[in-house]
Amino acid sequence: MADQNNLFKYLLRLGDNALVLSHRLSEWCSRAPLIEEDLALTNFSLDMIGRAQALLKYAGEVEGKGRTEDDLAYKRAERQFYNHLVMELPNGDFAFTMARQLLVSAFECLLFEALSNSKDETIAAIAAKTLKEVKYHRAHAEDWVIRLGDGTEESYQRMQHAVNALWMYTGELFEADEVDAELIREGIAVDQNSLRPQWQEYIGQVLTEAKLQVPADGYMQTGSRKGIHTEHLGHILSEMQYLQRAYPDATW
Amino acid sequence: MGAIQELELQLNELLEKKFEERVQGGDAVEPRDWMPENYRKHLVRQISQHAHSEVIGMQPEGNWITRAPSLRAKQILLAKIQDEGGHGLYLYSAAETLGISRDEMIAQLHSGKAKYSNIFNYPALTWADIGAIGWLVDGAAIVNQVSLQRTSYGPYSRAMVRICKEESFHQRQGYEIMAQMMKGTADQKEMAQDAMNRWWWPALMMFGPHDTESPHAGDAFRWKIKRHTNDELRQKFIDKTVQQAEVIGLTVPDPDLKWNEAAGHYDHGEINWEEFRNVINGDGPCNKQRLDHHKKVHAEGEWVRVAAAAYHAKKANKN
Amino acid sequence: MATDTQLATWEVFMQSKPGANYTHQGSIHAADAKMALQNARDTYSRRSEGTSIWVVPTESIFASSPGDKEMLFDPASDKIYRLPTFYKIPDGAKNI
Repeated sequence: MADQNNLFKYLLRLGDNALVLSHRLSEWCSRAPLIEEDLALTNFSLDMIGRAQALLKYAGEVEGKGRTEDDLAYKRAERQFYNHLVMELPNGDFAFTMARQLLVSAFECLLFEALSNSKDETIAAIAAKTLKEVKYHRAHAEDWVIRLGDGTEESYQRMQHAVNALWMYTGELFEADEVDAELIREGIAVDQNSLRPQWQEYIGQVLTEAKLQVPADGYMQTGSRKGIHTEHLGHILSEMQYLQRAYPDATW
Repeated sequence: MGAIQELELQLNELLEKKFEERVQGGDAVEPRDWMPENYRKHLVRQISQHAHSEVIGMQPEGNWITRAPSLRAKQILLAKIQDEGGHGLYLYSAAETLGISRDEMIAQLHSGKAKYSNIFNYPALTWADIGAIGWLVDGAAIVNQVSLQRTSYGPYSRAMVRICKEESFHQRQGYEIMAQMMKGTADQKEMAQDAMNRWWWPALMMFGPHDTESPHAGDAFRWKIKRHTNDELRQKFIDKTVQQAEVIGLTVPDPDLKWNEAAGHYDHGEINWEEFRNVINGDGPCNKQRLDHHKKVHAEGEWVRVAAAAYHAKKANKN
Repeated sequence: MATDTQLATWEVFMQSKPGANYTHQGSIHAADAKMALQNARDTYSRRSEGTSIWVVPTESIFASSPGDKEMLFDPASDKIYRLPTFYKIPDGAKNI
């Protein structure tokens, strides 16, 4: 039997990733370069809200204190969020958003493929459903990164700049702490670090095809596993949680 | 007049007569069919305005996506706004069959030559506005769109059939928000009534001027582009909406509203047509904001579109 | 620099279930075929309406002229021997 507290924390990490990135993608609504792309970005966001719902609902059940997915999304403070920092970074331009989608969805394809064999049946089921979604996200992002990297001089510059700026946030994707270690032993979680070589190989291929440089690994940002975030998360939450906080007695 | 021009004129008259017979007989008009130039112009104006309305309409609701109060609410709102983008796209696609490009339509929107629905020049101030927009604005739009499913131009009619099918949940989601708030705290009830007060009249204006003052109506009816008059549609909307308001305890902000037993309809107070005209002519709360947003996004997306085209051209040259 | 456009238009055909005919849905804009497929998917199957998609550059579609309708289609209308109901089958014959 897994330590429920570890499992709870693990589910929050997965759920918060989906919740926070869905929030960022939803900010693109009515702002995309082509109306067709507006619909695509919204679809990704909707996929992620669905994933966040499922994971946070399960987290609430595991915790056993009667908290719903909405309680967990709307009534936790900054230091209680565990999403990777890369998810909360502001959208930047379209190149930045697509570069992030590529780096994240490539990681998520590997992660959820592995998690679809989790000994925890709920996680395995959510992972199997998510895998289909993130494969599409990755294909879409891959195409755009290549188009923009190998498009015009301006798009190349923007894309290279985006990849460079994002790189120091990628190390965190593969971090593991004692929560992971415990759950990996039990066959519930995945050793993220073991996914790294495949991720690097794939990202290297795409960036090369896009005529982009793969940045050198240097200083890597960290902190989310302890609830230490960038300054951006607080602003996301003050917006996202505004109604719940302004009218604590209301149901919507 | 030269003999050739006279012949052309006669031919046009003949074609026009035949066209009108076909349309009167209930035939759908397809893109490559002969059509009077004014029919084409009327459709381009109407369909592009309709498309722009869907796209500009994403903005007021988009204002609340990041503040939606639950994951379910956020999902629904996002899916609804996405539908609106999709509907704009279906309509642009229908207009393009008439020989106008989306580039031209967007340029006309930016220059002010093409309009969009006035309603989106009002601000979405509170969460209750999301309820009011779904219930009243989409509710009014649906009355109009259902009528347009039988419009004579095939691509427009097919787009409207699809749109109506997809929009059936839009009005319900808005009504659900209002109903939920009317069951809630005093603050929520006040918010809901306030939204009702601000959106009711603009929603009625969505149907356009009274029939007696509609400048283009004659042709549109003869060509079966339009199937019901503005006042008929407005009345239909009022009759069904008043009852829905009563069920959840909202007050319609019209002291003159009363049931007319003889007519079988609600009589309503006079609409503020001066406000309507002002907003159409640019003097509304959000006219500038909405158009500026669209222009800014369009300008910011230019490098992306150009790069995608450049990449395609490079690849095409290699093969 | 290249001029900015809304990109080329593509006609979208979708199959609603395996084995069904592909039917025309409308059009979308895209720079290339991959983008066209993805845009078609996000535009015309938001409610899981499809199992498969075709996209065709609009310029590759050639349409018959409405004026040729009689010439093209009327000659087929008297060829009733192409229909199974045209034939007399002796009483008692089965499975034909």
